[in-house]
Amino acid sequence: MTALFKIALRAIKRNKLRSSLTILGIVIGVGAVIVMVSIGQGAKAFVEKQLESLGTNVLIIIPISTTHAAARGTTGIITLTAEDAFAMVKECSAISYVSPGIRTTTQVVYGNMNWTTGVSGAGPDYQIIRNWTLHGGRFITQQDVNTMAKVCVLGQTVVTNLFGALDPIDRWVRVNNIPFKVVGVLSAKGQSPTGQDQDDMVLMPYTTVQRKIMGVTYISYVLASSTTAESRFEAIDQITSLLRQRHRLRPNEENDFTVISQVEFASTVMETSHTMTVLLGSIAFVSLFVGGIGIMNIMLVSTTERTREIGIRMAVGAKEKDILFQFLIEATVLSSIGGVVGIILGIFTSKLVSYYGGWPSLLSSPSVAVAFLFSNMVGIFFGYYPAKKASRLNPIDALRYE
Amino acid sequence: MHDIVLLNDIYKIYTMGEFKVTALKGVSLSIKKGEFVAIMGASGSGKSTLMNILGCLDSPTKGKYYLEGVEVSRFSKNELAEIRNKKLGFVFQNFNLLSRTTVVENIELPFIYSKKISKNDIDKIHHIMRILGLDGFQKHYPNQLSGGQQQRVAIARAIVNDPTLLLADEPTGNLDSATSKDVMSVLTNLNQNLGITIVLVTHETDIAGYTRRVVVLKDGKVLSDTPSSSSAIPVVRAP
Ligand SMILES: Nc1ncnc2c1ncn2[C@@H]1O[C@H](COP(=O)(O)OP(=O)(O)OP(=O)(O)O)[C@@H](O)[C@H]1O
Ligand SMILES: [Mg+2]
Repeated sequence: MTALFKIALRAIKRNKLRSSLTILGIVIGVGAVIVMVSIGQGAKAFVEKQLESLGTNVLIIIPISTTHAAARGTTGIITLTAEDAFAMVKECSAISYVSPGIRTTTQVVYGNMNWTTGVSGAGPDYQIIRNWTLHGGRFITQQDVNTMAKVCVLGQTVVTNLFGALDPIDRWVRVNNIPFKVVGVLSAKGQSPTGQDQDDMVLMPYTTVQRKIMGVTYISYVLASSTTAESRFEAIDQITSLLRQRHRLRPNEENDFTVISQVEFASTVMETSHTMTVLLGSIAFVSLFVGGIGIMNIMLVSTTERTREIGIRMAVGAKEKDILFQFLIEATVLSSIGGVVGIILGIFTSKLVSYYGGWPSLLSSPSVAVAFLFSNMVGIFFGYYPAKKASRLNPIDALRYE
Repeated sequence: MHDIVLLNDIYKIYTMGEFKVTALKGVSLSIKKGEFVAIMGASGSGKSTLMNILGCLDSPTKGKYYLEGVEVSRFSKNELAEIRNKKLGFVFQNFNLLSRTTVVENIELPFIYSKKISKNDIDKIHHIMRILGLDGFQKHYPNQLSGGQQQRVAIARAIVNDPTLLLADEPTGNLDSATSKDVMSVLTNLNQNLGITIVLVTHETDIAGYTRRVVVLKDGKVLSDTPSSSSAIPVVRAP
């Protein structure tokens, strides 16, 4: 068996260029399998993490119409108000919490330290909706909101960058030269599935952000949570009719807001990844098939070229199975080399896709093993016919072959 | 003592579409251990056909072939491969060496299909190479050797598994007369000193002169079976 391996390897080395052209199809096929699997798995992991970190019952209402309102240039921004948000909890039975939201990016100063970060205006329910825990102090209260209190709650990244090891509670930071008292610190959440640092954030009462920092009266979004994950559809319907009514939209007018659900977002991601999987899967299938045909073709040429060699081997006692194995091993080694190169190429490509395309990818060793096994099987499957044909040769005819 | 070879009324019929060529028409022959036999005859008389059957490269259409008392004429392809590997050595007119394979690897080829090569086998290959004057050519490739050297490599390969019978189909057919003499003295040496039974095909009477017995074929039949003219020792005839 080892002798047969040596023979096969030598034959492959002898025709380096031909061998590398032969395995090209396998390389592309296996590469596509790897990219397909890693993108599929990456998307799945991404979605699971996203759902886990945002919650399955979170809804986001943003004041931009899906289609025409925006195109018409309707100033949708001002149409969404805090009162809309409160009406939602009051009127919609499927909504349990809401938090009006507004966000800006600005510099936060403590002493001689400064840090540029996102400042989010929120209501007291924000903590429940986004499932934040406090590392210390307290969260924003309704009282804070009512009085536009100059208080803030800091994320861990902000704490680290402004305070180092100091306890920031009850200390004062400055935003736009206005002092804000730190009343609470959030526990660390780490990176979001999209790679953003969730702890790089300052929370303030949304009224404070509106009036003291931005000088506006609108809100840029509403975060809401439905009573259960299942009731989100009902919640979406209720919000839609409530807001249409509140915004006095005529039946022929488009919504001037959009309700986004995390689950729907997740399923969009899954659908996209599924489409990509199908696409890559067909590329993989076609290239593996073409690669297999290539191997079969080259093996047929190779066995014909080497008919005399086969005859000589048979004359000194090679049995049918010896010849069969010799060429089967050659085909399998060829396709395995293709498999290994394809795996490397696939890993490289999926890394590239996730780096430049922002698409998550995840590769497990079982899927690499499966891809490798696949390339082996292609070799055995397509190498069998030429090998069998060679092994069936009559020694006399093979020896006489010119 | 058994005959090493016993052929009993051997026929070989080639079918090519509607044509039938009867290459052997009832050949009977027996060869004893240690004999050195030449097969002669005109082109197309069936010499190679007979050698291929003797060499278990082909099976007769009719008739029985006993090798060391075992009927091999009804053996399967696999069983024939086994016999070729263990009991037979074949030398061809065109050497039939593997081209991109070293001399040593060519010689050990029969071992690949029978066992793991041991230290003993390696010593044996060295020994045979020395006897055949191939010492120092181990790592050479066949195309780096002269025709005579190539044929000696082929002979080395044929005898490395201690065959019962060594068959040579026109072994000097591609060689000049000096090299032919060289190869024939190697074969004579193997026959006389190692007692290897040899059957060879030749067109040339002086080559046949190295042997002890000459079988002449004509149209697929044995025309004559006589002691070689230059041979002093009488030959036992087939029954
Ligand atoms: N594979 C084959 N198919 C058909 N006919 C064949 C085959 N091999 C040999 N023959 C025929 O059988 C006859 C005997 O051929 P063979 O090769 O045995 O002759 P030979 O005595 O060896 O001749 P030469 O001296 O030319 O080598 C010839 O008529 C040849 O044409
Ligand atoms: Mg012939």
